[in-house]
Amino acid sequence: MEQVIMNKLNYPILSTIIFLPVLGVLLLMLIDRSKELLIKWVALIVSVLTFALSIPLFTNFDKSTYKMQFVERYDWIPDWNIKYFLGVDGISVLLVLLTTLSAILCILISWHAIKIKVKEFYIAILLTCGAIAGVFSSLDFFLFYLFWEAMLIPMYLIIGVWGGPNRIYATIKFILYTLIGSVLMLVGIIVLYFHAGRTFDILELMAKTYPYNLQFWLFWAFFAAFAVKVPMFPVHTWLPDAHTEAPTAGSVILAAILIKMGAYGFLRFSLPLFPDATKAMVPAMLTLSVIAIIYAGLVCLAQKDLKRLIAYSSVSHMGFITMGIFALNSQGIEGGILQMINHGVVTGALFMCVGVIYERTHSRLIADHGGLATPMPIYAAFFMVFTLAAIGLPGTNGFIGEFLTVLGGFTTSKWAGVLAATGVIIGAGYMLWLYQRVFFMKVHEKVVGLADMDTREIIALTPLIILVLWIGIFPTQFLDFMHPSVEHLLERINVGGTQEMSIAKIFMEVVR
Amino acid sequence: MNFQLPDLNPLKPELFMTALALILLISDLFIKRKEVLALLSIASILVVAYTMIGSSGTTFGGMFISDGYSSFFKIIFFVNVILSVSISIKYIAIEKVNFGEYYSLILFSTLGMMIMASAADLIVLYLGLELMALSTYILAGFIRYDVKSNEAALKYFLLGAFSSAFLLYGISMIYGITGTTNLRDIARFIGERGIMDNPALLLSVIFFTVAFGFKIAAAPFHMWAPDVYEGAPTSITAFMSVGPKAAGFAVLGRVFMVAFSSVKFEWAAILIPLSILTMGVGNIVALAQTNIKRMLAYSSIAHAGYALLGIIAANNEGLASMMNYLLIYAFMNIGAFTVIIMLRSERFKGESIYDYEGLAKTHPLAAALMLIFMFSLTGIPPTAGFVGKLYVFMSAINAGYTWLVIVAVIFSVISAYFYLRIVMYMYMREPKVEVNLTTTPATGFALIVTTIAVLLIGVFPTVSVEFARAAISKF
Repeated sequence: MEQVIMNKLNYPILSTIIFLPVLGVLLLMLIDRSKELLIKWVALIVSVLTFALSIPLFTNFDKSTYKMQFVERYDWIPDWNIKYFLGVDGISVLLVLLTTLSAILCILISWHAIKIKVKEFYIAILLTCGAIAGVFSSLDFFLFYLFWEAMLIPMYLIIGVWGGPNRIYATIKFILYTLIGSVLMLVGIIVLYFHAGRTFDILELMAKTYPYNLQFWLFWAFFAAFAVKVPMFPVHTWLPDAHTEAPTAGSVILAAILIKMGAYGFLRFSLPLFPDATKAMVPAMLTLSVIAIIYAGLVCLAQKDLKRLIAYSSVSHMGFITMGIFALNSQGIEGGILQMINHGVVTGALFMCVGVIYERTHSRLIADHGGLATPMPIYAAFFMVFTLAAIGLPGTNGFIGEFLTVLGGFTTSKWAGVLAATGVIIGAGYMLWLYQRVFFMKVHEKVVGLADMDTREIIALTPLIILVLWIGIFPTQFLDFMHPSVEHLLERINVGGTQEMSIAKIFMEVVR
Repeated sequence: MNFQLPDLNPLKPELFMTALALILLISDLFIKRKEVLALLSIASILVVAYTMIGSSGTTFGGMFISDGYSSFFKIIFFVNVILSVSISIKYIAIEKVNFGEYYSLILFSTLGMMIMASAADLIVLYLGLELMALSTYILAGFIRYDVKSNEAALKYFLLGAFSSAFLLYGISMIYGITGTTNLRDIARFIGERGIMDNPALLLSVIFFTVAFGFKIAAAPFHMWAPDVYEGAPTSITAFMSVGPKAAGFAVLGRVFMVAFSSVKFEWAAILIPLSILTMGVGNIVALAQTNIKRMLAYSSIAHAGYALLGIIAANNEGLASMMNYLLIYAFMNIGAFTVIIMLRSERFKGESIYDYEGLAKTHPLAAALMLIFMFSLTGIPPTAGFVGKLYVFMSAINAGYTWLVIVAVIFSVISAYFYLRIVMYMYMREPKVEVNLTTTPATGFALIVTTIAVLLIGVFPTVSVEFARAAISKF
């Protein structure tokens, strides 16, 4: 039986999403660098077009099957049995959409913020987003690794060229951490390639089972790559630096899509390829996740820098995601995937908000702001919505994601669930305290008379507000994408139908 | 007694090369514009490349062989000459050493490499090696008035002579044991007599390793490389870092795989620590360099370490990956050297890595190309450097050396630091000195060729992989 559904649209949708930005880059290269406005508009139009062309992924997606959809498959490097093989399923489809959406937002939010090397900046943004879309839709390991690494080149420049004062340290730390993880995965991929009889085809690889000993080592090789990207405790230390120093658009890419690559990697590769090793590692993974949730949450309380605080909150939120994934039940995994989208939307939005204020005050220190709600009421309202979503207030998307992941974690390990729940409380603490210090209290002299958000900024943030409420109120519309794929994944790991699951199912009905 | 002329067909490229190099040497007397000689040398290479078609076979009683393996290496040498000559034309005029001998020496050196690649006998091997080495010694010291260039030549010569002595010692021991210098006969003798654990045999393997290790600049026989690479004219550094290294790998591969195939595990046991040390020394010491030529010298040492993995795999797949690696290395390394050479102008050396500060602002295109070469040398896709590394890693893992590949990838992460530091200086610092690029159509040509090759092979590895595999199938 054919395991994939070929692309039925009249254009190769996934290739378009990946390579249209690259075409846009070629176009940008031809434009004279002094015509900055033209460059911005071309980049914007390319990204909007890419997003528009990616919408069929949402509307035409067949939610009744776990099979790969919109598949494109051609022979690429016959010598090594490498195929150009793209496709999405319920796990990746939303992430691809999030990527195409983020590209637009990144370009909008950088409109005035980027003043030097404008041409290179938009080239780098388009290349990064194209490559990340490639990561989420590759079904051939070679192709996947190609995108996975190629993404580093523009990202290295985005942080290093347009970042804050300490940008060089941050970007080198970012690239070295990521590389060391990636190359170990590369060794793992090659070992797998020979073990499975010379194939990089992910579906073929998944159809086989591997001896436990091999699974064990490969799990850790892949873990090195994915844990750094997520980032999981204790290899998270690059993230606060990279997030803090990156320009706003860089932080948005990092938060919204780049770090999702790690969590996606666990779901797509570690779980189905090494199910036995994964099951054996659940206690270790849950422990690391819980440490990340609580430790990063506590660290947030001590931050003086707005971006650094949100960066640590990312580590904490990603802890919920990895906990959900390694809970190895449908609530946890679906919650994890949804939380990946949520975190992308909310944290991306928060970074954009910080960018908005940074453009005006050129300070990221919490102490330099205060009483912002007085000069900038619209801004304060936007920020409030995202703060509440980050806390996980019912009615926002954050609630659904956090609830499901905690539920999943609780089902597998009561302690993990309980401890993670305390993380939710810490999260509410640091976010509300942040909001209080920045928006209320005495109006700081630096913020007196600041202009409120302009139309461009409102346009950039509105889609995210819509998503926060849409996912928050109608989560099933998004969860429906995932059911068959997650179910299939769980069959593969074959943990299912335990007693506790049925209790969890009742909870699920409550959510619906 | 009837004297029969040996079959000259397999020797055709070498014969043409000799004749054309001599003609070039003589025409130097009549031609005043040395640029013409450069064009003539490139034309000669094209002629020689053409004569290579249909030249396969063995001749001189099995001493000389022309097969896919040798042809592949010869193509690397030709690419090397064409690109190195292209970047030399303006450069040697700036260095005020615009003499015609320069080009004929390059051709003679290449002739030596070609003979090495085709040597099926240790004597022929030695002949080619010396021809290559002697010509390169002179080229290294070509800037006569420059102390550093003199130092480079002298150092290279002394250590080169020393390593030749090791090679001769190894050859004489092998001859003493087996009574022959022909590679296949040596293999047959060792196999028939079952003298795999003969200490003299192992000692001669060690001597060969030392001699070839010197040519490929493998640690701990790399000591000459940084000084010579730094002192030699930049165009010759580019030439040397590709040509003699590839020739060294060609003989290493052929001698070890043909003559010593029955002591595979023994020489693999010698080469494994050698390759680890080579990657370690190359990558770690490169971190501390501030002269870009010196940095690339250490990088070249490190790359020898990666290519050694292909030989350690000790099978045809491994050899193919090594050959593929060297071809890719030729493109990316000469590409980087082209940018370096463009920075050199009448009053500006442009060899310090700080000279690259802010290059992206003043010369965005040159900086972008350097960025591509640096990422390729690091081995990040979608560049050719990644394909090269992937292939050697794959063949080493397939041969059971997974742990060695883990060591190699960790060193390649370390290498990211110093390659990307150049990118960092170009893109993330403000320009401090005024840099004027010396661009000529010839350097433009070299840049176009190398960039296209690096990106094309990066995206469609089949181009070079298929080629290397086809070549090795006629080994």
